[in-house]
Amino acid sequence: MIDNTQSFRFFNRGPSSVARLVFFAVLSLLLMFVDTRYRYLESTRSALSVLISPIQMLEILPGSLWQQAGDLYITQGMQQALIKQNDELSRQHQSDAAQLLQLQAIQLENQQLRNLAELPIRNEFTTQLAEIVYAERDVFKRKILINKGTDADVKLGQVVMDDIGIVGQITRVYPWLSEVTLVTEKDHAVPVQVLRNAVRTILFGSGDISQLSLRYMPASADIQADDILVTSGIDGIYPPGIPVAKVVKVERDPAYPFANVTCIPVAGVDKHRHMLILSSMPKLPERPDEKAEGKETGNRVKVRRNN
Amino acid sequence: MSYPSIQAKPEILGPVSNSFIALSVLVALFMNGLPWGGIWLMLRPDFVAVVMLYWCLHKPVRIGIGLTWAVGILADVADASLFGQHALAYTLLAFGGVVLHRRLQMFDLRQQTVQVFWIFAVTYAVYALVNWQINGYMVWLYFLGCLTSTLVWMPLSIMLQTMGQKRVDHERRHRERRP
Repeated sequence: MIDNTQSFRFFNRGPSSVARLVFFAVLSLLLMFVDTRYRYLESTRSALSVLISPIQMLEILPGSLWQQAGDLYITQGMQQALIKQNDELSRQHQSDAAQLLQLQAIQLENQQLRNLAELPIRNEFTTQLAEIVYAERDVFKRKILINKGTDADVKLGQVVMDDIGIVGQITRVYPWLSEVTLVTEKDHAVPVQVLRNAVRTILFGSGDISQLSLRYMPASADIQADDILVTSGIDGIYPPGIPVAKVVKVERDPAYPFANVTCIPVAGVDKHRHMLILSSMPKLPERPDEKAEGKETGNRVKVRRNN
Repeated sequence: MSYPSIQAKPEILGPVSNSFIALSVLVALFMNGLPWGGIWLMLRPDFVAVVMLYWCLHKPVRIGIGLTWAVGILADVADASLFGQHALAYTLLAFGGVVLHRRLQMFDLRQQTVQVFWIFAVTYAVYALVNWQINGYMVWLYFLGCLTSTLVWMPLSIMLQTMGQKRVDHERRHRERRP
């Protein structure tokens, strides 16, 4: 049967392009649906990433070559800068060492006190150094890729920090790479407390490079500009007491029940090349099953008390 | 009334080897993956889209919707975006290329650029729309990339054309030398 289009088909070239368009569009929509809802496709993704990885290795070459070339030419001015930096670092190291000694004493004391009070001892965590391979490939996301993957035993959900504070969390692991979602990613939540008075709250990313916000902070809450927010360690994912953000502005509008609190991350979320991956976090006891719907809030309170 | 478009295409394009097509796509993936940052990321033309559209326009029988979709999946893995997000956008791009290839081949490069812009615009819009649906916000500056992709269209298609041709000449000479 010949259809009524202008051209007669001499050669059979398979289905028409409209049919193909519909087929592949539906296929992609299906894939997207599966990818957002379930985690079935992660193994496929890591298998395909092996195909891509040679290209990705090549991509970072120009940047690192450029850096190496820059390192070769150390000019007079740079030498001075290096000497200055060296002085600064050694001074910093001395003051840090003194503080570290104090810290050790305090840790010992803390452990003894905890033993006395029969509280579980906070476990130490180990760290692993990783380098950023590339940053924010997608305009819509605040994510970076680092050069440690399953080969270095990196696991999903591990926390990534730099020398000052929390940078983000590992959200996807490839054979040689892993993806870090930055704390500034939209709706990324970190449980924190105010260092000054231990007010607990949750910090959200805003999708902007240098902004975080505290939502649902009552207007009467004791929070002010320049307060440091540290992780509370309540969820068992983030170790307690690591700086995350600094409050820059608190707006209390009487028309709204919540204060509008703007913060900036303390860590160089978009600055450094090297990051630390925290591992071997202590396991918390299983969260109780939420069988009774509607009693969710009660459960949450219970979990908090357990900690 | 004159038909400048006919004069604009005096030569008949020779065959292009499959390896050249594959190489061009790999190079495009490489270019997309270079460490672009900040405003440069917004201004980055989508090289993969440009190259795939070029091949869909010029070799619609060999490079069609299916292969472009597969490249889109690779782009998804490389970009760590949602599985199928690039693939869906590139499927539309390839459809536009395959359906319009006769018409677009009649135009010279300058006229093509105007037409090609709309194909890129649709591709970018689909990608952004999916993102908006899932993440709930829009980055309007993202659409700058669709302008730069259009700007890159002309030099890139000249480049691909001459390089593909040269490779073919070389092969032909090779064949003649070996009777």
